[in-house]
Amino acid sequence: MSYQFMGYRRPNGKFGARNLVAVIPSVICANDVGQAICRQVQGTIGYFHHQGCCQLPVDLKRVTDTLSNLGQSPNVAAALIVSLGCEGTDHERMVEEIRATGKPVEIIRIQELGGTSRAIQAGIDAAQRLVQQVSGLQREPVDISEVVMAIKCGASDTTSGMASNCVIGYVADKLVDLGATVVFGETTEFLGGEHILARRAVGGEDGPVGQKIYEIVDRMEKRAKSIGEDMRGGQPTPGNIAGGLSSIEEKSLGAIVKSGHRPIQGVLEYCDKITSQKGLWIKDAPGREPEILTGMAATGAQFMMFSTGRGAPQGFPSMPVIKICGNPNTYERMGHDMDLNAGRIITGEATIEQVGEEAFELLLKVLNGQMTKNEALGYFGSMDIFCLGPVI
Amino acid sequence: MELKLALKVDDLDNVATIFANGITDGTEVEVRDKKGRSETIAVHGDVPYGHKIALRDIAKGEPIMKYGESIGAASHDIKKGDYVHIHNMDAMRGRGDL
Repeated sequence: MSYQFMGYRRPNGKFGARNLVAVIPSVICANDVGQAICRQVQGTIGYFHHQGCCQLPVDLKRVTDTLSNLGQSPNVAAALIVSLGCEGTDHERMVEEIRATGKPVEIIRIQELGGTSRAIQAGIDAAQRLVQQVSGLQREPVDISEVVMAIKCGASDTTSGMASNCVIGYVADKLVDLGATVVFGETTEFLGGEHILARRAVGGEDGPVGQKIYEIVDRMEKRAKSIGEDMRGGQPTPGNIAGGLSSIEEKSLGAIVKSGHRPIQGVLEYCDKITSQKGLWIKDAPGREPEILTGMAATGAQFMMFSTGRGAPQGFPSMPVIKICGNPNTYERMGHDMDLNAGRIITGEATIEQVGEEAFELLLKVLNGQMTKNEALGYFGSMDIFCLGPVI
Repeated sequence: MELKLALKVDDLDNVATIFANGITDGTEVEVRDKKGRSETIAVHGDVPYGHKIALRDIAKGEPIMKYGESIGAASHDIKKGDYVHIHNMDAMRGRGDL
């Protein structure tokens, strides 16, 4: 059985499920100008983050790489970089790298243009040109193997590991078997389950991928422990605990279920993009939504499948997020935010395979252009970039 | 009467998760595993939806097992049927305080 979806062909051979013009502030100080442009010009989305200056060089490179890879992601048809002029990120490199994919790119510089109002005017003109240039592009049939699915769970409870994450695991296995790419992360939520993942690594637990999995978990745990506190209360969150999750280990063992059963091909760093990799991959990213959703979109994922128990409503500016709800009570209360009810597995009304097939059908529709609930509600503004060092 | 269901994930598990509302002290729940086996256990204490009970006596310091893996350790002696959560078990990972 083969499957296709209707995607937008990009000049570099990638395929998008959306056709957006991205407004990319190269630094937090350019956000207000970027927001004014997005409010005025239809078909644009903005990445309003809080980084880009007075950071250690390793983080400035990370912010530049992440913003560049967001601009290169296949759901983005064209990009407008909004630079202040004195920031620490390399905005010229963003322009060069995004342009190298063949997309139209423009840049405005607030200080050079003479301030806010002039920059907004120039930005609106540029964004309008870009939207008109790309908005007539037609979708064409694409094999499912061109898909990159990101997966994540958030606002979890004990139904997540026993219903919604099982559904995502089913979909992940099916996509990998069809030759597509699946990326999961949330390194904090490997704690207590890392041995299970390492044994699934290509080359086994003692091979380089298996050892890398242990290394990223150790790095994350040391960073959390270095403050000298019990992680509990921060992870699992108060909401997780109210939902019945008693420890980070319990949360982790439920969380990794969503990665399915296929071998793990390797570990991507936070800002890395997928080039030609296929199969199941790990991205070293923390579990908090704004940072991991950003990292996953920068990977080049066309969509995300997101499992929740207590009800996480948010999405991402350029990546549709399909919400699979494991808790039947939450689905009843928050059905306007949840795309699929996996709580039927808990109540015994449906099997994992049945809901898994429904989720697969839904993802094809979303790839074809059907809006997810968070997209239709416009609940996709939050994003941020995961940095390692302090603001200096 | 509505079925009060609890699920045991793995044979090694010493806790099960209750997926039913209105579980109060003395309520009997039916614990099922993946192989369809079931056992009726009387719950000690009020247990919210999605929370755990002990399937056997667990001594202080013993691992709490779910998914066939350790999810922490008992911080008190736990009796079969007891509500198991952060009041009588501790995480063992991410503990910068130890």
